Amino acid sequence: MEADPVAEPILKVEGIHTFIGKHHILQGVSFAVHPGKVTVLLGRNGAGKSTTLRTIIGLLSPSQGSILLRNRAIHHLKPYEISRLGIGFVPEDRGIFNFLTVEENFRVAMLQEDGKTREMMDTIFEIFPDLKKFWKAKAGNLSGGQKQMLAIARPLVNRNELLLIDEPSKGLAPIVIDHLIDSINKLKEYTVIILVEQNFYMASSLGDDFYLFDDGKTVHQGQMQELIQNEELKKKYLGIAGTN
Amino acid sequence: MNPSWRRWLPTLIVFAIFLSPFLLISPKTYITLTISGLAMGMLLFLVSSGFSLIFGFLSVLNLAHGALFTWGAYIGFTAFTLINKWTGWGGPNSMILNIVIFLLALIVAGLLVAVLGIITERLVIRPVYGSHLFQIFITVGAMIVMEELIRIVWGPNDEVMPVPFNFMGSWDLFDVVVSKYPLIAIVVGLILYIVIFMILRKTKIGTIVRAGVENPEMVQVMGHNIYRYFTGVFAAGSALAAIGGGMWATFVKSIHPAMGGEIIVFALIVAIIGGLGSMTGSVVGALMVGLSYNYVAYLVPKAALGITMLLLVIILSIRPTGLFPEGT
Repeated sequence: MEADPVAEPILKVEGIHTFIGKHHILQGVSFAVHPGKVTVLLGRNGAGKSTTLRTIIGLLSPSQGSILLRNRAIHHLKPYEISRLGIGFVPEDRGIFNFLTVEENFRVAMLQEDGKTREMMDTIFEIFPDLKKFWKAKAGNLSGGQKQMLAIARPLVNRNELLLIDEPSKGLAPIVIDHLIDSINKLKEYTVIILVEQNFYMASSLGDDFYLFDDGKTVHQGQMQELIQNEELKKKYLGIAGTN
Repeated sequence: MNPSWRRWLPTLIVFAIFLSPFLLISPKTYITLTISGLAMGMLLFLVSSGFSLIFGFLSVLNLAHGALFTWGAYIGFTAFTLINKWTGWGGPNSMILNIVIFLLALIVAGLLVAVLGIITERLVIRPVYGSHLFQIFITVGAMIVMEELIRIVWGPNDEVMPVPFNFMGSWDLFDVVVSKYPLIAIVVGLILYIVIFMILRKTKIGTIVRAGVENPEMVQVMGHNIYRYFTGVFAAGSALAAIGGGMWATFVKSIHPAMGGEIIVFALIVAIIGGLGSMTGSVVGALMVGLSYNYVAYLVPKAALGITMLLLVIILSIRPTGLFPEGT
């Protein structure tokens, strides 16, 4: 998917506020996601990144603000309705059905089975060959990296135009993270990605645009190259110096 | 304990329960008790499988399940009586017609109680999804209401459950007297288990239900209307309770409005032993309870219910999440 700097955003999040119980977690999050790009949401733990993804997919309802998918308001819809509009979600815990086989995991994800789905499966197998190898294996028996690949590949089977990925590097060895970066880079051709990531190496390797979160608000935005070079911003909001 | 031992534990316990009484009971009595225990087990499976599936998928502790079982027994009773009055198929003429009328009564009970289950899920359960404490209160309330409705519709007294003529009596197999109905109950229970198992394993709906037992939120974000599945599973679980109720009533030959309250204790024990949400767990747990109950009821009648509790304690101390914690 080619990046077009003047293209209309696929997704626009405008001033959303979200509560979890009595806690006011998101206090005015706004950002836009453009086609052909990987948008990375960065910030310290508890800044509201994961809550933002859960609000976009409909697992949490915003009390204020709007979420527009190609100019259509989706913030009042149920998760299954949002998913059917072409948004896939990979949660932080991966959401794998451990007691189902890899094949059955995909079967649950497939909303229809036709020629296009089979074509997409071939692409998925090219990008993630391990999934073909362990097609009949219980998902719970896969390694951490393979589980993450399954989690990311599963929503792609419906050719979703937007994929929300929450902390894909969590708990993975550096070599597996490199492999995952390669795979996600290949996915850019097929879907637009919103990535929440604590690992700055992964975030900077994949991201085109970034949004910095602090205390439930978006406080900075820009292109990833700018952030890589801005030591002050990285230190202030991410607590890191350098790119790793 | 060695993991391979843990893997084989359910099989070992079933064989231990199955074979150990052989040392204390004469072979003929042993066979009679075993068939009776297997029949009781299959009937308990029907009740507990619905209870377990509803808990596994909806995370709902439905204590009104016993009342759905009772409704099944009463509707089965009425359906059988009416169909028999119109057709006479419950009489001595034909075993096949006896089976047909029996199955028809069960199907009517299953369908009507499934509708009752849908109403219960929509009106009573849906507002308390996610809160087990409120579920306990509200489903106990629903159970009381449903039992009182039975008293209003059918009256408070015990009724004699009509049994198809050819289901009564016994067969003489190799000099062992074997009652007919327990064998029929085993066959019907087994067929239903295979049907449920195949639906859960081989169909897309079944796969989604199994996925939902593990992670309903994820099923939802994959584009499936989870509430439709909740209703469907609740209806299926209710229908299983009703079929269990109809078959149990035929087994004990009587019905009364409070019969569900007695069976729900067994259903709960079976579901916990098997692993909440697991069909295979339900069938293994039900057979363990059915067999041990029958053997001990013969040897030490007063300890029959106690052995069931003891079984529960032993299993939970070894496997706190039940024998088959991996879902359906």
